Order: sequence, then structure tokens, then C-alpha cells
Amino acid sequence: MRTITYRQALNEALAEELTRDENVVIMGEEVAEYNGAYKVTEGLLDRFGPKRVVDTPISEAGFIGMGIGASMLGVRPVMELMFWSFAYVAFDQMINNAGCVRYMSGGLIHCPIVVRGPANGGTNVGATHSHTPENFIANTPGLKVVCPATPYDAKGLMKTAIRDNDPVYVMENTLLYGESGDVPDEEYTIPLGVADVKREGSDLSIIGHGRAVITALQAAEVLEKEHQLSVEVVDLRSVRPLDEETILSSVRKTNRALLVDENKPFCAVSSHIAAVIQEKAFDYLDAPIARLNALDAPAIYSPPLEKIQLPNVDAVVKKALHVCS
Amino acid sequence: MATIIEMPKLSDTMTEGTLVRWLKNAGDTIEVGDEIAEIETDKATMSMEAFDDGILHEIYVKEGEKAPLGGKLALLLEEGEDPPEPGEEITSSSPAESDQPANEASSSATAPSQSAPPAPKTSNGGRIKASPLARRVAADRGVDLSQIQGTGPGGRIVRKDVEDAPTGTAAASSASAPQVPAAPAIRPTMSEGDERIPLTGMRAVIAERLLASKTQIPHFYLTIEVDAANLLTFRKQINEQAATSEGANKFTINDFILKAVADSAVAVPAVNASFDGDAIVRFGSVHISVAVSIDDGLVTPVIRDAQDKSLSEISVAVKDLATRARNKKLSPDEFAGGTLTVSNLGAFGIDSFDAIINPPQALILAISSIRQVPVVNAEGQIVPGQRMNIGMSGDHRVIDGAVGAQYLGELRRLLENPALMLL
Repeated sequence: MRTITYRQALNEALAEELTRDENVVIMGEEVAEYNGAYKVTEGLLDRFGPKRVVDTPISEAGFIGMGIGASMLGVRPVMELMFWSFAYVAFDQMINNAGCVRYMSGGLIHCPIVVRGPANGGTNVGATHSHTPENFIANTPGLKVVCPATPYDAKGLMKTAIRDNDPVYVMENTLLYGESGDVPDEEYTIPLGVADVKREGSDLSIIGHGRAVITALQAAEVLEKEHQLSVEVVDLRSVRPLDEETILSSVRKTNRALLVDENKPFCAVSSHIAAVIQEKAFDYLDAPIARLNALDAPAIYSPPLEKIQLPNVDAVVKKALHVCS
Repeated sequence: MATIIEMPKLSDTMTEGTLVRWLKNAGDTIEVGDEIAEIETDKATMSMEAFDDGILHEIYVKEGEKAPLGGKLALLLEEGEDPPEPGEEITSSSPAESDQPANEASSSATAPSQSAPPAPKTSNGGRIKASPLARRVAADRGVDLSQIQGTGPGGRIVRKDVEDAPTGTAAASSASAPQVPAAPAIRPTMSEGDERIPLTGMRAVIAERLLASKTQIPHFYLTIEVDAANLLTFRKQINEQAATSEGANKFTINDFILKAVADSAVAVPAVNASFDGDAIVRFGSVHISVAVSIDDGLVTPVIRDAQDKSLSEISVAVKDLATRARNKKLSPDEFAGGTLTVSNLGAFGIDSFDAIINPPQALILAISSIRQVPVVNAEGQIVPGQRMNIGMSGDHRVIDGAVGAQYLGELRRLLENPALMLL
């Protein structure tokens, strides 16, 4: 077991899959010569050469479309978006083509593509660079969405995503790239659609994905030390496919649910989780399902305000105490 | 103007009614006062009158179906009017309760509410706020949520509140006004061939009120044996006289008993009373509730101002009430306002029994059959005699044993000397 960063874990996953399968290629803006805008692809050009690691022009609609076309012919492209916010110019490719081709071809054409990159706010890069589109993507049948919270999950999920025969969109987080965690020496993968109970507890289930899980774990510490509350933290890991059973069994155990979500509240991932819980575990609830989302406004540019726009530890603690009152 | 005809409140304990029969059809013209339907309440079947003129446009509730109080029964339109668009507001024609015919019982203005005891369903008449989990746990444990004070946000009952409440009933922890404690969830085990019969409205009211009575009222019981020989002779004489004249009333033993019960209550007014929290209400008139067994239960119509009625008047009144009770034709006010109750199982050959007080009254009399038995006469000889047992159940908060004994003594004096009742 080693302790490495989230960024290194992703880099290892890419390198291992490039090594394992010659059809795997990396494409995106600055992924090769510059070693990646956030250094996730560092060293890959040197190791695998310019046919496997390819810089693209600043044209998401174009190069994502190229990747999707290539994937239909058997290449397994891993496309980097410098920010997931830039995916919006490529939505026709990502949703209409990648999301629908298997269905519309009657299963004849698969699209084994991975699109990855950071999808988060909180870094003072403004509203157009801070989107969290996992809810948009998850709304499309045919697409898979993965949001790893830890280095271990980032590596294991990325490798599975690359091997998956359908489009898998991996949403990373620039604030997590530098975070460290334990990762095994030996090879491993993590299946999609399996949530992870990151912390066991009996009084309250906090359910989230991506960085919200880290925030929830920190809040759970405070809640235990200062308020004697035993909090369980469930990490969805993949938003779609969704592991409903792990969510429901946690709520059936604790009888209270708080959903922490960096999505904006309107039609967020947490909205869907709330619907699942009330529909399938209603008689186990001892309090209304609570949600803590990003404040419902474009990502705020003012740094002091941006700090409070996203769910933070204090806000989670406060909300948790309310749910448990 | 379009008007909704709603389920009216036809009895004080009614929460829903069954539409037995429509007396008008869709398309019929209706005038105020027309009988438009027969409604079965928890107590009786009554006809419902129209409160507006118009044309019965549409019937919502079919015959045999139930509707809650205020539930929509039918739509009434004015002549030539088009039916309203969906969502359009429609006025209702339900009569205000004050529009009901004046209730004679209201003359005894001091009487405490004669309606059913506090409904156990809710504590404040509103919806109980409880978490889904709390409801489930409460159902499992047989805990009545209406008896629990919620500690969650906004007073919501949460699991912990249910778990902290005693199983079966939570009333013990409540020091507030008397309320009907919840019955423990004692359920029978069913096997093949067993039948589950849903409660009728009447059965549910009987269950609720008698449980309240037996659990809240400290009953005590007295029994006397009455020499009924004179009574039998006396009745025979009167009825023989009556038989000679056309259409004359025939008296039953029960008529004499009711007359004696009323007169004794005038002599010992302490028994004609009711417990009312911080006071005892002593009634100015004797209104006798008479238990009448009907097909699917029991009703207690009231003989009003029995103290002012002659034996004949009582006899006629009770026959009329009993007949109409069996035909479910009594109106709600004829059930209301009783101050004490007489239950007579003599006709069924019962030798002796105790009755449950009919709340909020303080006294019920249990009349048994007249039996021919060996008795010891004044000369110490064993001779054939006629004897009848009368049991009394009293609310000890209102009546003490000695007062009860005094009342029964007076009752026996009258029944053994029936001519006194004609004075």
C-alpha cells in the first residue's frame, strides 16, 4: 500500500490501461506536450509517444466528436476536458451521438469512450468554468457518470471506465487532485454502480458523491466529537448506474438522511436520491429527507462568497443537527 | 348557481354516512324540503332534505356507497344552467348545524355535552404529525399516536417518542383532561373458516364509547331483589280493563319500571347527574335512555321529561321509540340528552346482570326477568313468589353506595306498591 495523490492515482490508471490495451489513446487540449493542464497526464507522452497521447485544438465539439467516431470503430479514447464546463459546446456529440448510438443502431455500434476532466466550483475561476454537469449527463439513458472522491476510487473507477464498452463520463475535481490517500500496489478495479460506505454510523446517513463526500466525512468527525452523533457516510462513487440498495439499507438503518451535493439544488443528483429514498424507504424515515446543495446561483466570483456557496463542514454540521433534532 | 349537495351531519357522533337510497334521479327537479335520499348514519337511517331548489344534475355517490361528512353527494344546477367547468368553485349546500330543528335536550342548558367522548383519533381535531417510522413503530406496538407529545421539529412525533410511550396506551403519562386511552392491539388469530366482519358505524361507536366508559368511569354495582307479585297482578288488572275498550294501550312490565325509575330519580335526585371534570352536573329533568336491541347493535333513544309523564304517556312513548329504532327511523335528537339509562334483558330470561354505564351518565339500571321462586312469607312458610333482580351500575365519582341504595330502595318501594305510581 502506498499513499499517493488523486492526480497520481488517475495518472497510474491511464498509464496502466495504455500499457494493457493498445487501442487506448489519450486526447485533449494540452494533454501531451504540456503534460496536462492539471498534470494528470504528466509523463504519458514520453512513455507512450505521440500516436497514443495526442494534443487537440481548442475545439471541444470537434475533438470530442472525433473521439466518439473513433470509439465506434474500436479505438478506446480517453478524452480530457480542461473543464467539464467546456463540454457544453460538445453536448450534441456527447449526448446525441455517444448516448444514443448503441440504442439507435440496435446494439450494433458501441461507443467505448471515456470523457474525463474536472467538474467543480470553488476555485475562483468564474461561473463559466465552475459547472457540475453530472445531473445533466445522468439524465440521459445510455450514459454513465462517475465522480470519484478519493485516490483509491479515482484509480479503480477510471480503469473500469476505460474498459467499459459504453460511454463513461468521469468527473474529477481540481480541489481533490492534490489530496492523498492509500492505494494498493497491486492492480485493482472498482465496478460501476457500487456505492461505498466510507464511514459507518447509526444516527444519520449522509449521502453524496465527489468532493461532498470528503466534506461529509469531516463533518461526521465534528458531529461525533462535539455532538455525540454517529454518522454514516455513503459515497455514491458512480451517479449512474446508481447503487440504490446501499443507499436504502443505510437509511433503513439510521432512519434519517442528509444529502450533500455540490450540484445546484434544482433537479440535482440529490433530488433524485431523495425521490428514491422516499419511494422505497418511506416507512423507515424518522425525519424528512434533508438536502444541502450549492446555493442556487451561478458560481459566485467573489472569493468570500464562493466559499459559502458550496456545502462546507459548518453547513453540513448545522444541517445534520437539524435533521437529528 | 351550481351547488354541491354534501353529506350532512345527521348525528352528533357521525363521521361518515352510507347512501342507502336515492329518492330522486339525475334530471329530477328538486324543491327545498324535498326528501332526496336516505342516509344511514352510525345510529339510524334518515331521509335527507334538499336545502336548495334546482335540478339534480349529477349523482356522485351511488346507492350503498359511503361518504365522509361533507363529502360530495351530488351536483345541483339551476334551471337551464350549464354544468361548471372542472376546477370552478362551487358552493355547498350543507346546512349549518344551527339550522337543525331545535333539540329539546337543549332546554336542560346545564347538561354537559351529550356527544361521544373526545375522539381518540386526534388530540386537537387535526392531523397527527408523526414521522413515517414513528407511525410504523406505533402500529407495531399498539401505541395510540394521539396520546403522545411529539418532541421533533414542530411537535412531530418521532420514533423515540413512541418507544418512550407505554405499550398499549399512552394515557398514563398524560395528566391532562380525560381522554379515551388507546386499546392495546389485542388481535385474534384467524384460521380458515373464520370470518372478518368490518365494523359498522354503530359497532364502532359502541366499541369506542363503552371502552371509554369502562376504562374511565369507576363503576360500582348494587343489586336488589324486588317482589314482583303485586306488579304482575296490578298490570293484569289494568290490561284486562284496557282490553274491553277499543284501541286502548296495553302495558308492559317495562312501562312500570320506567315510570318507577323516573319517579325514584325525582325522589333521589343525586343519581340523575353527571361528572363534569371539576363539578357534578345535576339534571333538572329525568330523560331516560332506553336500551333497544336492534339487528346489528344497540341504540338508546330517550324518553324526555319522564318525570312529568304518566304511565300511559311513557308506555306510548317507549313503544314508538322502540319501533322506530328497529326501523332505523329515529332522528339524531331522539338519541341525545339522556340522563340515565335502563337496560332490560328480562324478555331474554336473564336472571341477573351488570351493565356498563352509558357515558356521560352516572347511572344505568339492569333489569332482569321475573321468576317464580320459592319464598319465605311473613308467617315463615315457604310459598311460591315472584321475584325480579334489578342491578345498578353507578359512577362512584357522582354517586356513593348509600345514595345508590337509597335510590334502589325507592325503586323497590314503587315497584312493590305499583298503585303509588298512579298518584
